[in-house]
Amino acid sequence: MKDKIKTADEAVSMIGDGAAVMVGGFMACGTPEILIDALVRKGSKNLTIICNDAGVPGRGVAKLLTNGQIKTLIASHVGLNPEVAQRMNTDVPEDKLECLLIPQGTLAERIRAGGCGLGGFLTPTGVGTIVAEGKQVITLDGRDYLLELPLRADYALIRGNVTDKFGNTTYHGTTRTFNLMMATAAEHVIVGTCKIVEVGEIDPNSVVTSGIFVDSIVGGEQPWQI
Amino acid sequence: MADIKEIIAARVAKELHDGDVVNLGIGLPTMVADFLPEGVSIILQSENGIMGMGPAPEPGKEDVDIVNAGGQCVTIVPGAMFFDSATSFGIIRGGHVDVTVLGALEVDEKGNLANWIVPGKIVPGMGGAMDLVVGARKVVIAMTHTQKGKPKILKSCTLPYTAVGVVDLIITEMGVMEVTPEGIVLKELHPDYTVEQVKEATEATLLVSPDLKVMA
Repeated sequence: MKDKIKTADEAVSMIGDGAAVMVGGFMACGTPEILIDALVRKGSKNLTIICNDAGVPGRGVAKLLTNGQIKTLIASHVGLNPEVAQRMNTDVPEDKLECLLIPQGTLAERIRAGGCGLGGFLTPTGVGTIVAEGKQVITLDGRDYLLELPLRADYALIRGNVTDKFGNTTYHGTTRTFNLMMATAAEHVIVGTCKIVEVGEIDPNSVVTSGIFVDSIVGGEQPWQI
Repeated sequence: MADIKEIIAARVAKELHDGDVVNLGIGLPTMVADFLPEGVSIILQSENGIMGMGPAPEPGKEDVDIVNAGGQCVTIVPGAMFFDSATSFGIIRGGHVDVTVLGALEVDEKGNLANWIVPGKIVPGMGGAMDLVVGARKVVIAMTHTQKGKPKILKSCTLPYTAVGVVDLIITEMGVMEVTPEGIVLKELHPDYTVEQVKEATEATLLVSPDLKVMA
């Protein structure tokens, strides 16, 4: 069996400038902080970050933003991190952030579609709003839907609770969020997890993310105090 | 006079039925859970991944991996379930949420809603709001009737829409209004106000129900 266990710095070492990186979590709950910290140390620039939100100051992808590493942020809600508005409105070109806002359910489903081989899907969300601009509207049985396309990335940083050495992963509480879909929708998936166990120690009934999706495993995650 | 937000939250609570699956927005809507009538038990859905959300934990008993959609620690009730965001929004778009209660910046006569962006000023993002108002079976807007004296119930929204034609009921400190094909109908009037005062605070044409009741 391939050895997937790495240090956080080893695991993120291949994430270069300009990479598209999915980051799991919701307001930083369920975000792999140790992987974010390692990516901050690595200092890769011009990243496209796909995450539900911009984290909260000092936590989650907010650390990448503060370190000037994000060029484009694809998210559904950025209101809990005032730095997003500052960077969107700045006149300093190298600090300028492009922020694409997507309805949360559409973001989740686009990532799911990206990971499960769908060419897109039809959603009623966003019809008649600025979200519909430039999108194909398809009418079925008298109801309008937007055609939304799949979303994939080069890397996904996800956060598990217990992970075996194959990569089978469980989650705790409200940390599932986008982690499940992101684990299926990136070329290289890194799990930051709270506990690493031997293969066979996790009840198959409890496995949520299969090890087949996981390329690298990093221990040392923990429930982070907000 | 009781706190305006409490008046609104208490009246919203009366719209909820025993067993309803309910998603409450952050802020005023969250308070609705504190005013449920005797014998009414609802199932709170939180879009970040809970069916069966409970109240805030006692100090010292927080599990930092169990939070609500505002990122604050919450508890869960017996029978609860956790899920991922794709499942959560499948539940929401799939019509499995009976009622969603949200605030608004503007609502108009057609039931159009604007509550996610003030271009050039506030760009927090829509979060789950666009999915919730499209998917929930009933959309209740809980808000103050005006913003700094300016009407929020308009003939036509001026801000970008969250969704079109989705609002069912508007509950403010002044009254309860239903969005109908004919327009906005005042169904209940709070005793502190007159119909004329509500009309003055409303830019939309306000129809008054022939069966106007006291808001309580």
